[in-house]
Amino acid sequence: MSFLEVLYFIIPSAIFYAAPLIFTAIGGVFTERSGVVNIGLEGIMIVGAASSIIFNLTFADQLGNATPWIGLLVAMVFGILISLILAVAAVSLRADQTVSGVALNLLGLAVAVFVVKMIYDKGQTDSITERFSRFDIPGLSEIPIIGKMFFVDVYATSILAIAVAFIAWYIIYKTPFGLRLRSVGEHPMAADTMGVNVTKMRYVAVMISGALGAIGGAIYAQAISGSFGASTISGQGFMAIAAMIFGKWHPLGALGAALFFGFAQALSVVGGSIPYVQDVPDIFLLILPYVLTILALAGFIGKANAPKASGVPYIKGKR
Amino acid sequence: MSKRMVNILVPLISILLGLIIGAIVMAISGFNPIDGYMALWNGIFMDTYTMGETVRQITPYIFSGLAVAFAFRTGLFNIGVEGQLIMGWLAAAWVGQAFELPAVVHVPLALIAAASAGALWAFIPGLLKAKLQVHEVIVTIMMNYTALHVANALIGVISGGEERTEKIHESASLRSDLLESMTDYSRLHWGFIVALLAVIVMWFILQRTTLGYELKAVGFNKNASEYAGMNVNKNIILAMVISGSFAGLGGAMEALGTFENMSKLHAATGIGFDGIAVALLGANQPFGVLLGAILFGALKNGGLNMPSEAGVPTEIVSIVIALIIFFVASGYIIRVALERFGKKRKEEK
Repeated sequence: MSFLEVLYFIIPSAIFYAAPLIFTAIGGVFTERSGVVNIGLEGIMIVGAASSIIFNLTFADQLGNATPWIGLLVAMVFGILISLILAVAAVSLRADQTVSGVALNLLGLAVAVFVVKMIYDKGQTDSITERFSRFDIPGLSEIPIIGKMFFVDVYATSILAIAVAFIAWYIIYKTPFGLRLRSVGEHPMAADTMGVNVTKMRYVAVMISGALGAIGGAIYAQAISGSFGASTISGQGFMAIAAMIFGKWHPLGALGAALFFGFAQALSVVGGSIPYVQDVPDIFLLILPYVLTILALAGFIGKANAPKASGVPYIKGKR
Repeated sequence: MSKRMVNILVPLISILLGLIIGAIVMAISGFNPIDGYMALWNGIFMDTYTMGETVRQITPYIFSGLAVAFAFRTGLFNIGVEGQLIMGWLAAAWVGQAFELPAVVHVPLALIAAASAGALWAFIPGLLKAKLQVHEVIVTIMMNYTALHVANALIGVISGGEERTEKIHESASLRSDLLESMTDYSRLHWGFIVALLAVIVMWFILQRTTLGYELKAVGFNKNASEYAGMNVNKNIILAMVISGSFAGLGGAMEALGTFENMSKLHAATGIGFDGIAVALLGANQPFGVLLGAILFGALKNGGLNMPSEAGVPTEIVSIVIALIIFFVASGYIIRVALERFGKKRKEEK
């Protein structure tokens, strides 16, 4: 296999594996920027994956091609609902954010598997029939070399994911809402003094992460796994958190990190058929995202600084 | 209402609220909550076999709870108990099957190996925290998944490409004929004695040694401890290492008692994450952890009986546990409610 052929093969699958990570990592950027640590992204992804698969299995006959897309919307609604639990606990009730995030992961998995068992009488659903499909982008796919790398056999969800990253960048850095969001995460008391409603901003941010995280889970379920069981999402949410940190809490950084982690995942899945890569034991590709994140945090790959007030509940009038 | 009273009431009310919402969930799903909880009760206490299994289930929870609690006392949040436990499990399983030694040497050696593996896995985040101020939460989470994949790869290497390691030699096993005959051939093993000793060890370190005093001081106020002449960095690393040792021993319970080998894992075991709940419920006190572990271990084991006896999926137990964590973590609101309630009563008098 020539080098170009390897690229034709690996780049589309890297983007394919990255899409769920991009969505979830961007969700993480929103909450952390508002000062709420969201360890519960894994649980949110699980809820998104389960709700989209159940919806897809139930309505595929009536809705046909549109099913997976409506499945994303359904997942979004349930993602927002489950993230509200975190918002209430961490923002209103001043619970430890990390602890409530861990509880959200437990709850998400338990509720999802409970519901699946209630409906299907078994822990693993059947495979869905209506999946996201690929297509060639007309015109662009004709460009030599680049066309074949980026614009042939593309998933629309991947394009959407990349678009969402840029939209998030615009919202966070170029709009009044984004300015308020960041100020609430850096110095909530100053923001409060200037008339920004800290509680409201943090609720909105957590709900955005619920929506995006659940979409991430739904894409993973409807494009990659095709069914839902207790181990469908295992570690994807944490890998998204890793991407967010590796991307230094910046939407485009998170996009880049997620693409890179998707690349590592793609290598570990399809690496067996690529020269040189097949000699590298799987284990190194599997742990790569996590090890890189630790190195990034330790400052070996540029210093990563979290938003200042991240993880601290805001209590009015307390210095 | 005294502070002590409130501190005891918050977990109790949380447990109660968790169970009530669990009952509501069952009722909405078309089950009879009373049947469900009866099945849960029977799954814990029905006969000597289930009771033996319940104690077996409680044992690793004691260790994971102690691990989380110990780090908490020094102001560290060790979410990495899961990974440290996996490494301890692997180390104990390997020592158990690779060597042939008399039991007096073999069991302690396997336990020490497990504790060291857990300690090593916790040493890295401890070092990064102490030297580079890297937040331990994220590092330990990343170490969890690293541990999962590394352990799976090493199981392949140790067993020569199999899905699980060979069964450990009898000389390394914590199981005994006596316990088996007492509990109708459950998998109960001597690990619960080791766990109870660990509870006492943690109490002793924290309450009776200079080290424990320093660790707690660092947990209360890092800067004050520094000015008082304590080596904060050393204490942070030590706290993580001791916490990791407890976690590793929890893994040894699975390797030397419950399973007597280690299979490749598809996902986290959950014992480490539940340890957070155990520690939280036990207010990070050694004996509180023991009570928390008894509750969660019993719930987990009892839950296994719910599908067959009442048709309720076992996940209901995880839902209840997650809710209990939420309520304990949001203890602020329960405290406020209790205070208002207390005030009203005073006024009425």
